[in-house]
Amino acid sequence: MVQPNPPVLEVSGLSMHFTSGRGKKKTTLKAVDQVSFSIGHAETFGLVGESGCGKTTCGRTIIRLYNPTAGKIMVKGRDLSGKLNKEERRFLTDNVAMIFQDPIESLNPRMTIEEIVGEGLTVKGKMNRAEVRRRVYETLDKVGLTQEHATRYPHEFSGGQRQRVGIARALINQPSLIIADEPVSALDVSIQAQVINLLNDLKRDLGLSILFIAHDLSVVKYFSDKIGVMYFGKMVELAEGEELYKNPMHPYTRSLLSAVPRPNPLTERFRVRVNYDPEAEHDYTSEQPRMAQLSPGHFVWCSPSEQQRYESMMRQ
Amino acid sequence: MREQETILSVENLRVSFRAYGGTVRAVRGVSFDLKRGETVAIVGESGSGKSVCTKAIMGILPHNAAIDEGSIRYDGMDLTKIDEKEFHKIRGRRIGLIFQDPLSALNPIMKIGNQITEVLRKQKHISKAEAKKQAIELMEAVGIRDAARRFGQYPFQFSGGMRQRIVIAIALASSPEILICDEPTTALDVTIQAKILDLINSIKKERNLSIIFITHDLGIVAKMADRINVMYAGKIVESGTAEEVFLEPAHPYTWALLSSIPDMESKERLLAIPGTPPNMVVPIQGDAFAPRNPYALKIDYEMEPPCFKLTETHSASTWLLHPSAPKMEMPQVLRERIERMKKERSAYGTT
Repeated sequence: MVQPNPPVLEVSGLSMHFTSGRGKKKTTLKAVDQVSFSIGHAETFGLVGESGCGKTTCGRTIIRLYNPTAGKIMVKGRDLSGKLNKEERRFLTDNVAMIFQDPIESLNPRMTIEEIVGEGLTVKGKMNRAEVRRRVYETLDKVGLTQEHATRYPHEFSGGQRQRVGIARALINQPSLIIADEPVSALDVSIQAQVINLLNDLKRDLGLSILFIAHDLSVVKYFSDKIGVMYFGKMVELAEGEELYKNPMHPYTRSLLSAVPRPNPLTERFRVRVNYDPEAEHDYTSEQPRMAQLSPGHFVWCSPSEQQRYESMMRQ
Repeated sequence: MREQETILSVENLRVSFRAYGGTVRAVRGVSFDLKRGETVAIVGESGSGKSVCTKAIMGILPHNAAIDEGSIRYDGMDLTKIDEKEFHKIRGRRIGLIFQDPLSALNPIMKIGNQITEVLRKQKHISKAEAKKQAIELMEAVGIRDAARRFGQYPFQFSGGMRQRIVIAIALASSPEILICDEPTTALDVTIQAKILDLINSIKKERNLSIIFITHDLGIVAKMADRINVMYAGKIVESGTAEEVFLEPAHPYTWALLSSIPDMESKERLLAIPGTPPNMVVPIQGDAFAPRNPYALKIDYEMEPPCFKLTETHSASTWLLHPSAPKMEMPQVLRERIERMKKERSAYGTT
């Protein structure tokens, strides 16, 4: 089934379980469990949650650094789950690229910037060196670096510039989707804004879709069209950014929002924090929770009775 | 605000490092006071010298560092002059320190309980049983449930937030007067961070502690600080009460800092600070922020700005405040944001 205008990325029921031990000691860690969402053209989807909630695993599973346990990954309407053949993998890497958190660790110190950025083209072997070089220069220009930078090595750059190199490397194949895994959290405050602005410009100019993974809620809110909140491998709430901040429904989302310190001394000292205790909050012994739509575009992981409660809360 | 007694006073502190390639002037003339029962926040980017300041106060500067000038007055002593033996009576006992990374601050092969009682026994000369009793009380005070059982566990058996609580318990074991928190929550998740910050605040109230809080997160500053010192390139560029710095910022760097982070409402393009912080090996001429400052005047590149006093508590080092300087307004985005802050307060007043 091919839709006329399929979303750039559609994930449904994605699960990534890690197992360890054997026999009786075998344990399963549900790092990502039944996560579904979709990203449209030129849309930014923010994924937030605490460390260990599975947001990074989610991103890495989509680009197939892991083989998902279950679920479907559709890129531009094409099913890319299960075992990939060479052609499918090529399609995936052509369309999806990744930016990593740590701009120092993720760049090979023994390669020049030209080699790092151009590697994505070189491995395909379809272009000669002059062409690759031309594309590298073009891409460097897009991210605010110059031709002179191409012959240098990563250690000669500052943190913000290194992250620009990382972005250039992701852009060289002209992907439709970029998975940005905490792209600014390792950077200084004054540099963060530069990188966020750059990503925003690229999104506008190139029509990029971005899966933005971060733990800083104010950055995610600023940057994303839609936001998904993850908690222990599950997507507990999904809504448009504005809606999520105005009407957080799931108790975990509320707790998360209340914990973010806001730069306003007039109110910050008096703000009350909401605690989230999943065991006290939910009773899933009789009813099974599932993803339910409360209002158009606003989904919450809840049981039917909770859904009624949330809906009545929403109407107020 | 009632007049409180000043217990620590840093004056014109200058610290430099001898490094490969030259002398790094990390702290270039920092002065501030710490009053009893108040939290002073030092805000700045990495490399602005904020951690070096606290290391100088604690007397734990690395060997290649030297205090070139200035004094740190505490209880009639100058901490820059006293020797190591005397420092032993102060460090950890009267001035406590909480580090950024709780895992590397704890001994991995020593039980948690022993790490706390070690401090208690060394400093208070009490019996083992008594020390254990006090240690468990301390662990309960910092919010560790089931303290008696966890007393015998090792650091790896604790989560990040719990480890930071233990570090706080150890810091509190000797009942210090001053607590220095060097980015205590950067390694933690927001929900855990909120709990630790609340804990620090409640302990502060309980014990009338004075806190020096180092961070780069303005949200945390707003939550914790009574007074704020904004540092850039080894100097305090603006200092004032939390309200003054957030609502009437005067230094262009503070403007830039406040408007470069998105808040929950912002949609407009962020005002990024162009360029990168200066290289501290090269001697800085004039105002260190000038090359990145869209409001820079010609004099900013030539002469270091003096400190202008705006109110009794609020001061800033920028030529913009000079009577003959052209009138500059803060960026529109920031003014709107401050308006929002005030509105938010009135919303809180009614509910």
